[in-house]
Amino acid sequence: MMHSSTIVRTWSCIVFVAALAISGECLIAAAMRRLGDLDRLRTGTGLRSYLGPIGAVLSSPIFLIGALCMALNFFAMLFTLSLIDLSLAAPAIGSLTYVGNAIAAKLFLHENVDRRRWLATSFLAVGVVLVSR
Amino acid sequence: MTHRLKASQYAILICVMLTASVGDTLLSRGMAQVGPVDLHHLGLLWHALFNPFVDFGIILLIFFFASYMTALSWADLTFVMPATAFGYVVVALLSRFWLHEHLSVYRWIGILLITSAVGFVANSPSRTEHPGLDVMDSNTGL
Repeated sequence: MMHSSTIVRTWSCIVFVAALAISGECLIAAAMRRLGDLDRLRTGTGLRSYLGPIGAVLSSPIFLIGALCMALNFFAMLFTLSLIDLSLAAPAIGSLTYVGNAIAAKLFLHENVDRRRWLATSFLAVGVVLVSR
Repeated sequence: MTHRLKASQYAILICVMLTASVGDTLLSRGMAQVGPVDLHHLGLLWHALFNPFVDFGIILLIFFFASYMTALSWADLTFVMPATAFGYVVVALLSRFWLHEHLSVYRWIGILLITSAVGFVANSPSRTEHPGLDVMDSNTGL
């Protein structure tokens, strides 16, 4: 049986990794929404036409903070996997991230998360746990 | 919400679904060939860059990130989310039909749930309109 301090440590790690993923994804989504359709930023022809969208993305401070959160999420995940089994960490973090993303998208990105999207989010949360078993 | 997607935008979402899962699978196969990396053998990471599975995996993950950000530039995060989750289904089906691994009933139910979630949002409007907010955002220069 797990000791109560071990349970607290395990779930603190899981919630922390999920929170970094949610922050990163929401910040990147906010940055992309502000930039608008990237195709409209393309100028010229060939591979050079992608320089405009790449420059616009890399000069967005919101995107850079989001990318930093995703990088921290990667290292936090590595640290967590050194403490917790992958069989618990992967489904728990995946599931929490999808539910947290839907809540954060509703609260901070003001997305219209209607009944259909809540249903999809709950199916994803349960589905990810079952697939990762 | 009024936006409907063009065929090219559905193609981007299919890229999001496939590149992440296939890229992760290739990285996993490549790193299994390279061997375990720890703090005392960090040089192995340099060695891993010469593994074709690792190289192709990294290229696919770069494509994933590019297509994911492109999708977020014209669709809501909650609309794109099921596409990223569908990667779990792709990995499970690859392991069943390519690697001939056994899939438990739980995993088949999980596949059914994720696929249903994709179906729920796939035919719905892709983006929430915020006319006031979008005008404000375009003036901030961010």
